[in-house]
Amino acid sequence: MAVLGQSDVLASPAALVSIAEPADYLRLLKPRVMSLVVLTALTGLVLAPGHLNPVLGFASLLAIAVGAGASGALNMWYDADIDALMRRTRARPVPSGKVTREEALSFGLTLACLSVFSLGIIANWLAAGLLAFTIFFYVAIYTMWLKRSTPLNIVIGGAAGAMPPLIGCAAASGTVSAESLILFAIIFLWTPPHFWALALGKTVDYANAGVPMLPNVKGPERTRLEILIYSLILAPAGCLPWLLGFGGTVYGLVALGGGLGMVYRAWQTWRAPAHGVAMRLFGFSILYLFALFAVLLLEHAALLLVAR
Amino acid sequence: MIDHNAPLQLSPAQLKSRRARNIAIGLAVGFFCLLFYVVTIAKLGVAVLDRPL
Repeated sequence: MAVLGQSDVLASPAALVSIAEPADYLRLLKPRVMSLVVLTALTGLVLAPGHLNPVLGFASLLAIAVGAGASGALNMWYDADIDALMRRTRARPVPSGKVTREEALSFGLTLACLSVFSLGIIANWLAAGLLAFTIFFYVAIYTMWLKRSTPLNIVIGGAAGAMPPLIGCAAASGTVSAESLILFAIIFLWTPPHFWALALGKTVDYANAGVPMLPNVKGPERTRLEILIYSLILAPAGCLPWLLGFGGTVYGLVALGGGLGMVYRAWQTWRAPAHGVAMRLFGFSILYLFALFAVLLLEHAALLLVAR
Repeated sequence: MIDHNAPLQLSPAQLKSRRARNIAIGLAVGFFCLLFYVVTIAKLGVAVLDRPL
């Protein structure tokens, strides 16, 4: 890619016109993260007490997804410098030069405002307030502050990723239910073993970028132990919806099997310090969370259909 | 020196991406209007305009 010097830009105003495609802007929204946000928010929405018009439910979900996308765009705006230093992220639209930082910032802020005010009008202002807080927490608390300053970055920052079930529940019912808080706790406890498994495989990348991930600060051995401890807490927490009666038998079986799978893979990671083992735990953790929420959602959807 | 009166010469790549962005913005705005139309009907009911003057 040609890099334009300041004199080139001054000599050629045409060089200021962007070559970004709509797909580049879509990539700013982190579509894969967005899909998990949609699933967890939809689960919170469906499990909420009361009834929400399906049109308003769909529109609320869309607003939550766009809010999550706005967080991703603002994260890529702020982190463009460290994204350029890591192999995993250097092809993102800002470090690759497709979208400028200013464009990413404007895009993120516009979508953030649009999503929050839309959710307030479509659903209610509690849901909109929670969405605004989530965007603020992810961008200002996690991205700008914690990520570059403490190895606990993703432990505390994980709260932002755990918020969608609460927002979904608030959108549907105007309140935050105990069930949605349990779903929050599951995602919150899932985040550290998930990201530390990735960080174990990307220590060189994070060291190059100067991001103080746990393996870089406390060492891989301590990280593997922490992963095992978190997985041992996460596995029973994953069974809570079944134990408390809002998850059915299928959910119980998936939560038990998946929880045992998480603990087994975390134990393997702890015993055998190989790169491949940690990455398999990372992959399995995504499948585990997806399965928990998908089954819970399908069970409730089936119950609603039977009730009609 | 920059000649501010000179016509802006865009490359084919810039023209192509600008057209694609314009279409995407148009579709997004259209979808947004349609969404709020449907949401308004869903919130206020189909008889929203059926009121005595």
